[in-house]
Amino acid sequence: MNWLLVICGAVVGAPMRYLTDRAVQKRHDTVFPWGTFTVNVVGCLILGLLSGAVATGAASSHVQLLLGTGLCGALTTYSTFSYETLRLAEDGARFFAAANVVASVVAGLGAAFVGVSCAEALWA
Amino acid sequence: MTAPRSTTTNEPTDPYVDLPVPDQRKQQSWRAQGPIVAMVALGGAVGASARYGASMVWPVAAGSFPWTTLWVNAVGCAVIGVFMVLITEVWAAHRLVRPFFGTGVLGGFTTFSTYALDIQKLVAGGHSRAGLAYLAATLCAALAAVWLAATVTRRLVAWRQR
Repeated sequence: MNWLLVICGAVVGAPMRYLTDRAVQKRHDTVFPWGTFTVNVVGCLILGLLSGAVATGAASSHVQLLLGTGLCGALTTYSTFSYETLRLAEDGARFFAAANVVASVVAGLGAAFVGVSCAEALWA
Repeated sequence: MTAPRSTTTNEPTDPYVDLPVPDQRKQQSWRAQGPIVAMVALGGAVGASARYGASMVWPVAAGSFPWTTLWVNAVGCAVIGVFMVLITEVWAAHRLVRPFFGTGVLGGFTTFSTYALDIQKLVAGGHSRAGLAYLAATLCAALAAVWLAATVTRRLVAWRQR
C-alpha cells in the first residue's frame, strides 16, 4: 500500500518535471538551467506546505507518502541539478555554475521555509 | 537574473533539451512525446521506489543527521556522471534510454525537496549547525560525485580506445 502511494506520486511527478522543464527551456535563450531551477523550487514549496500540514495534523502520513515522497521527490532532482552545474563549469560558464548552486539552494530553502510557515498559519 | 545569449543553446546542457521537438502540429508533438513521457513516468516510479526503499532500510530518526538522503543524492549524482558521458560521448543509445534512465530513474531517485525540508527541520528543531553542515556536505558530495564520475569515465573510455 505504501509503495503504491509512492509509485502513484512519482508517476505524476517525474513527467511533470520533464514537461515543465521543456516548457521553461523553450521560453528563454540563456545558458541558465531555469527549468530544473523552477521544478526544484516549486517542489520545495509544495513539500514545505505538506510538511507543515502533516505537523499540524491536517494531512495524514498516507498523503505525505503520495505527495511528499512520491510526487515532490520525483518532481525535484539533485542529479540533473548537479550535472547541469558541472556542464556549465566545463563549458566555461563558471559564474553561471556558481549562480545556479547559490540560487537553487537559497530559493529552494526559502520556498521550504515559506511553505512550512504558510501551512502552520493556515492549519494551526 | 540576466544571462548572456548563449551560443551553445543546442548543447545538451540539460538532459532534455536535445530531445526531438516536433512543433508542427500538436498531434504530431503528442505522438513523439507520448512514449518519452511514459518512459519518464516509468523510470520515475522505479527511482522513487528505490529512494523509498533506502529510507526503509536505513531509517533516520527525527533531529539526527539525514545520512540516507545525503547518500541517495550523492549516489544518484555519481551515476548520472557516468551515464551522461557514456550516452553523449560513447554510445549512440536508443532515444528512449535517456528519458527512462537519466530523466526518470535518476531524477526520481534523487530529490531536492527532501534535502531542503531536511535542512528546515534541523534548523526548526534547534540543530542549526547540523543543518548547515548537511547543506554544505550534500552540495560538496553531489558536485564532487558528478565531476569525479564523469572524469573517471572519460579517462577509462579514452584508455580503452587507445
